[in-house]
Amino acid sequence: MKNKRFLVVFLLVSLALAGVVSYYASSSPDGLEKVAADKGISAKEKDHSLKDSPFADYGVKGVGNGRLSGGLAGIAGVGVVLLVGGGAFWLLRRRAPARDA
Amino acid sequence: MGVHVPDGFIDAPVSAGAGVVAVAGVALALRGARRELDDRTAPLAGLTAAFVFAAQMLNFPVAAGTSGHLLGGTLAAILVGPWTGVLCVSVVLLVQGLLFADGGLTALGVNIINMAFVTVLVGYGLFRLLLRVLPRTRAAAAGAAFAGAVVSVPAAAVVFTGIYALGGTTDVSIGKVAAAMIGVHVLIGIGEALITALTVSSVLAVRPDLVYGARGLAKPLELRPEPATV
Repeated sequence: MKNKRFLVVFLLVSLALAGVVSYYASSSPDGLEKVAADKGISAKEKDHSLKDSPFADYGVKGVGNGRLSGGLAGIAGVGVVLLVGGGAFWLLRRRAPARDA
Repeated sequence: MGVHVPDGFIDAPVSAGAGVVAVAGVALALRGARRELDDRTAPLAGLTAAFVFAAQMLNFPVAAGTSGHLLGGTLAAILVGPWTGVLCVSVVLLVQGLLFADGGLTALGVNIINMAFVTVLVGYGLFRLLLRVLPRTRAAAAGAAFAGAVVSVPAAAVVFTGIYALGGTTDVSIGKVAAAMIGVHVLIGIGEALITALTVSSVLAVRPDLVYGARGLAKPLELRPEPATV
């Protein structure tokens, strides 16, 4: 597979997972959350300082449809992570090809 | 959705200490990653971070009323290198904390230590050790990825328990926390391992040259100077 095509497929898979498949994810508490609640670790848990932000809890504020809200938040997240991470990695990269590439 | 350590589980001094360790570790990773990144691998690394973000949204059921999600450190390290892998997971945690209110901002250091440093160190470390003794095949690389990932998750749970022992804001016996955390994260580790092995094998199948941790897999044995008898 050509490099560009591979990268495009990789991106599309991520967008599909975050934008569509995430709707079907389990909504049960995760391992840490469950243990914390069961054992009492979370007694002094504080609300997140940004809990009212527009994308809080993987939804888009003002979008009522759960599937759409979660999907858009997921796609936005993939985009932001790609931009921040990809941007940083692009700046960090060595300008010559890697030694054993 | 990924739910990481929130604010208020760990006291301020230990959270601050974890923050200092996280900053130092990320600084080291920024230096180390320069050796792993070039024109070809930098875009892949950005996409790997995005993939880890996406996969962390996919909570899978592990036991009655409990779910788990990918941590992704082992996977990212195998695909793009350990230093870059640490940065991939750290970027994901940063974006989750700032944009999605997931993972307390004061707990960011704790989350980076557990989910970026520990998983890469343990998961990628074990992967590399296993590659030394296993045959140089794709199946073996997938198996090593599975083994590294499966151990990385309970390892993160152990370190969380250690941090809780140092600075937990509640008075729960450490033995109980350890047993419960490790128990459930052994199960989550199986999911982590399946996703990691599946993803690594998929990339190996189409572009084995892009898998940092398995470079040289397809190549014949290393070339060495030999007597000129052809």
